[in-house]
Amino acid sequence: MIETYELTKRFGAFLAVDRITLTVEPGTIFAILGPNGAGKTTTVRMLTSILQPTSGWARVAGYDVVQQPAQVRAMVGVLTEQHGLYERMKGIEYLDFFARVYHLPTEERLNRPRQLMEHFGLGDAYDRRLGEYSKGMKQKLALVRAMLHDPSVLLLDEPTSAMDPQSARLVRESIRALQREERTIVLTTHNLTEAQALADRIAVIRKGRIIANGTFRELSQRFVGAPLMELHLAQQLNGASAEIGQMVEVVEQGERWLRFRTPQPERDNPQVIRRLAGLGLDVVTLSEVSQTLEEIYLQIVEEDEGHEQDGNSQQAR
Amino acid sequence: MATLSKPANLPPAVAARPGVRARIAYTLGNALIVTRREVRDSLRDWRIMVPIFLLTLIFPLLANAMTRLFIGFFEKNGAEPLLPSLLPLMPMIVGFFPVSISLVIALETFVGEKERLSLEPLLSTPLTNTELYLGKAFAAMLPPLMASYTGLTIYISGLVFGAQQWRPPLMLIVQIVCLTTVQALVMVTGAVVVSSQTTSTRAANLLSSFIIIPVSMLVMLESVIMVQPHQRYLLWYIVLGLLVTVVLLIRMGARIFNREELLGRSLDHISLRWAWRTFWDQVRGPVGESWTLKRWYQLSVFPAVRRLRQGMGVVLIGLVAAFIAGWIIAGSWDVPLDQFEANDATLLENLQSWFELGQSRPGLIVLAVVQNLRALILATLLAIFTFGVMSLVVTMIPFAVLGFILALVAASNLSPLPFFMAVIPHGIVEIPAIVLAGAAALRLGSVVTRPPDGLTVGEAWLRALGDTVKIGVGVVTPLILVAGILEVVVTPRVVELILTL
Repeated sequence: MIETYELTKRFGAFLAVDRITLTVEPGTIFAILGPNGAGKTTTVRMLTSILQPTSGWARVAGYDVVQQPAQVRAMVGVLTEQHGLYERMKGIEYLDFFARVYHLPTEERLNRPRQLMEHFGLGDAYDRRLGEYSKGMKQKLALVRAMLHDPSVLLLDEPTSAMDPQSARLVRESIRALQREERTIVLTTHNLTEAQALADRIAVIRKGRIIANGTFRELSQRFVGAPLMELHLAQQLNGASAEIGQMVEVVEQGERWLRFRTPQPERDNPQVIRRLAGLGLDVVTLSEVSQTLEEIYLQIVEEDEGHEQDGNSQQAR
Repeated sequence: MATLSKPANLPPAVAARPGVRARIAYTLGNALIVTRREVRDSLRDWRIMVPIFLLTLIFPLLANAMTRLFIGFFEKNGAEPLLPSLLPLMPMIVGFFPVSISLVIALETFVGEKERLSLEPLLSTPLTNTELYLGKAFAAMLPPLMASYTGLTIYISGLVFGAQQWRPPLMLIVQIVCLTTVQALVMVTGAVVVSSQTTSTRAANLLSSFIIIPVSMLVMLESVIMVQPHQRYLLWYIVLGLLVTVVLLIRMGARIFNREELLGRSLDHISLRWAWRTFWDQVRGPVGESWTLKRWYQLSVFPAVRRLRQGMGVVLIGLVAAFIAGWIIAGSWDVPLDQFEANDATLLENLQSWFELGQSRPGLIVLAVVQNLRALILATLLAIFTFGVMSLVVTMIPFAVLGFILALVAASNLSPLPFFMAVIPHGIVEIPAIVLAGAAALRLGSVVTRPPDGLTVGEAWLRALGDTVKIGVGVVTPLILVAGILEVVVTPRVVELILTL
């Protein structure tokens, strides 16, 4: 579990992270999104006790990041943005080094690296020097390193960015498996499709502040509006859209289709279908128009930029 | 995923370790995990191994051949008596050359890792800063030291089992081994400091001249001592001095070698504007816009003086120790005091002629003030380059001399009272000024070895410089001025009064 309260980090006059408060429950995948330089890496570094907060506090797996840094780092597995492997070492030597650092019992130190390498398709690369690894292989090995000591909290920065689709899928499945084992997983990424596919909760950081935090549906509803439904009919609509418009907000329509928004599809959709049936119109399909995280993210960032500009112009006045 | 099904346990790495010895063993154990990896990495790097191999195996054999040539040449020219003086230079060089590689490895292991971005995964592990620092420092020292010892062994074996007649004395070998070891320590601990302040190997290599040049000069000095067999005991003082330097550099390195500092620094640019602002803000202090002399003293100068309490204590202890040392040394000097014919009357006569000089030349006050300020400025400048040590030494010397003179006076038939009174009236003002200036200089020199939390070395030093200037201008100079006036105008009159009683 991760808990932070008003977590703040300053580098001199520069405010890198501004009063971040969040809770990530075990068994949750939490995605942190944001533009470059938003404060994501600084936040993760504070959560791994590499950087000390200027103010506020954070607890990771029950340990305070300032008071118990060694305990925090023992409980956390980190996949850094730059994998920074030791190129002259062999894959298995590299993992053995970290297994020793984490004081894994001998049997586990000997077996676990091989098992994990095997799992991630690196079984034939045990004895190859890391300098000979491809970018994707290096990323997988870095992920294995992060999982090596069986951490209860995983902080993963762009876990699949350099991987081929097959490997990326394997890694996503592994992350989901870890989630099922009640691990706490924080994902920082620019891959919004991946974040949408994996994350239970999403936070958007901009200029060190969390400007949005919630589930995909919550964010979608708050920033893009109520779910958008698309309805296709067997017959022409004629005047039916006016009837439907009394029940839900119709936003677009064609001869045999219309789109409407409803905050509660479970309540409104059956009513719409019943009303159309009453009007003698046959519903062919009714489905939700999928919104992408990208649209929501851009909306969130644009809104925040707008607020900032308003604030600036008010200050100027 | 079966391989990940184990529940997460707290690794023993962070379990409580009772007992100091167990803690030390645990820390060393962790450090050695890092060392083992780093050494293995170094052994795979041909850029490190080729020179080590050449300097370990080939160079000692060449040195053996050179020794043989030297002996032949000297014998041929009838200069055999010079051989015992000159030949010890050879093992010293054989020992030193491989050790110089430790600097390269140290720079590589610290900055190289930063440059290759492999540091962050390591910093994310439960290893403490001390374990990382020690592990990397050992790794930088071990291969070159082993190479150095092996080279020396090969060279000496060549002498012992070869045709040469020269056998180096055992004590000389011990001295060379000790010097080699502490020089490696100095270079590695210095390299840690250098590498922590840079982000590229290129910059670190450039800055490493700050280490290699003084060490090379030191080796030259050692050579000069080495050729004088009766002076070789001085090499032990060099070993001692280097050990003190190592302690200071370790203190500095351990302080600087922290995760935040290592990851936080990303630029190597000079910002004179920032430096000036940091310095000037410290000189001004938190007085705000409405600057008045009173507010400056209240909010800036006196708090800075209070911050120096610890340093003042150190300087005061140093001055007392110097006085006592001077007193003790005087006892061991064979001064013919019985031939010292001075008495109160001759002293009074000399003093009165001095009054005439003082009355005719009020510039004496200026002379006294300038002399004192010059000495304090010199102490401050020396402090910058010696971690503060020389500021202490320079301020201690006059007190040692004072102790020496007063001990001689006490041992003679003269009354010590006029001599005490020749110091006390202006000393009441001058001594606190010296203690304060000495403490400020000590801090200026030593702050780099342990910058306060949250400050970089540069920022801490600029702030200490600001404090030094502030205290120098605001307190020390006025006190020295008053002391100068007292010394020229009041002290001689007091002494005259004592002598005429």
